Amino acid sequence: METLEPILAEHPFLKGLEPRFIQLIVGCASNLRFNTGEYLFREGQEAGQFYILRHGKVAIELAAAERGVINIQTVGEGDILGWSWLIPPYSWRFDARALELTRAIALDGKCLRAKCEEDHQLGYEFLKRFSHIIAQRLEATRLQLLDLYGAHPK
Amino acid sequence: MNAPSPDPMVPVPYRVQQVWRETHDTFTLELQPTDDLPERPFIPGQFNMLYVFGAGEVPISISGNPNLHTALVHTTRAVGQVTNAMRRLKRGGMLGVRGPFGSHWPVQEAEGNDVVIVAGGIGLAPLRSALYHLLSQREKYGKIVLLYGTRSPSDILYRKELEHWRAHLDLDVQVTVDRASDDWRGNVGVVTTLIPRAPFDPLNATAMVCGPEVMMRFTAQELQRRGISSESIFVSMERNMQCAVGFCGHCQFGPKFICKDGPVFHYNEIKEWLGKREI
Repeated sequence: METLEPILAEHPFLKGLEPRFIQLIVGCASNLRFNTGEYLFREGQEAGQFYILRHGKVAIELAAAERGVINIQTVGEGDILGWSWLIPPYSWRFDARALELTRAIALDGKCLRAKCEEDHQLGYEFLKRFSHIIAQRLEATRLQLLDLYGAHPK
Repeated sequence: MNAPSPDPMVPVPYRVQQVWRETHDTFTLELQPTDDLPERPFIPGQFNMLYVFGAGEVPISISGNPNLHTALVHTTRAVGQVTNAMRRLKRGGMLGVRGPFGSHWPVQEAEGNDVVIVAGGIGLAPLRSALYHLLSQREKYGKIVLLYGTRSPSDILYRKELEHWRAHLDLDVQVTVDRASDDWRGNVGVVTTLIPRAPFDPLNATAMVCGPEVMMRFTAQELQRRGISSESIFVSMERNMQCAVGFCGHCQFGPKFICKDGPVFHYNEIKEWLGKREI
C-alpha cells in the first residue's frame, strides 16, 4: 500500500529531515479532503493539527460583524496551513475555508508536540521550518498593509 | 527617400483615435499621427513622452502591440495634473508625442527560456507589450507565466485580455488581489506569494518585473529564493523624467539615468541603489 512517506519526504517544508524524523511524522499524518465551502477549521476551536495542501485553494478568513467575512489571504497547492498547534493556547485564530475541492495531508499537532518534547532535535527542526513560514507570512502581510498599488500623488 | 528622424525634443502631434476606461482611475489611449509620418517602431518596455497641451508632459510606457506599427497605445493612471488632463481627452483630441525612448525588455535574450512576468498594479501596462511579443513568437520560448497582483478585483487592468490569456493552454496566468470583495473567488495576498508555486524552471528562466519599487524589490528577492539568478531578473524603473534623453538629470538614480540607461534594467545593475533613502 502506498504510504505518505515519499510525499512528505519530498515536500519542500520537510525536505532534508532525517529519515527517522520523517518516519515519526508519517505516524501523525492522514489524508483529508474538503469540499468547496467546507471549513478546515474555525476560529476558537482547538488547533490540533496543521495541513500540507496538496491540491485546491483555502481562504483564511475573519468574521467581522460590521464588515461580514473578510478573506485575508488564500493558500494553495504546496502551502503549509496553520501554526497555532505549535503555540499556546493551541487554538485557531482565524477560519480556514475551502474555496474549491481541496486535498491535504493533516499532521496531528498533539502527536507532534509530544514527539518534539521527547526529541528536542525534532522540535528545533520544526521550529526552524515554521519560523520561516511565519516570517514569510509576516513579510507578505506587511506588504499587503502598504497598499502598494494605491494612487500616491507625488 | 527616408523621412528624417524626428528631433527627440520636438513633440509630434497625434490625435486620440480611441479611449478605453480600464478601471476607475486608469485609461488607455490609442493615438494616430495627424500627418503622414514614418512609422515609429518600438521595442516592448520603451516609453514615450506624452504632452498634453497646456498641462505638461509625462513619460508613459507603451502598452500596445509592437507588431502593429499603425498606432500608439498607452495605458495611464490619472494621478496628477497632466494625467488627469489626459483622462479628459476624447476621441479626436490632440496630444504631442516624443519617443520612443529607453531600454527594453530582453525578449530576444529570453528566447529558449521560460519567462516569468511579475506585474503589480499599473505595472502590467509596459509588460503587456512584452506579452504580445512573446505570444506572437510563442514557439521560441519555454513556459510563459504571468503573475499579476493588484489592489482589489475592481482594479484589475485588461480584465478581458487576462481572461482570454488565461484560456490559452500555453500561458499560465495567475492573479491575486490585496483586498478581496465578497464575490472574489481568486487568490488573495501580495503577488510575491504566487512565486513559490508558479510553474517555471528557475534554472532556465528570465524574469521581467514591473510595479511599485517596493514590490519589485521583494519580488526580486522571492525570485532569487526560488532559484532564479539575479542576472536573469529585469526590472522597469520609474523616476521624474523630463527630457527623456539624459540631458536634464531629473531622473538620475545612483550612477544611472532612468530615461537613457533604463527604464528596463538588469536587476544587478541597480540593486545596490534600491531601497537607499538618499537616492
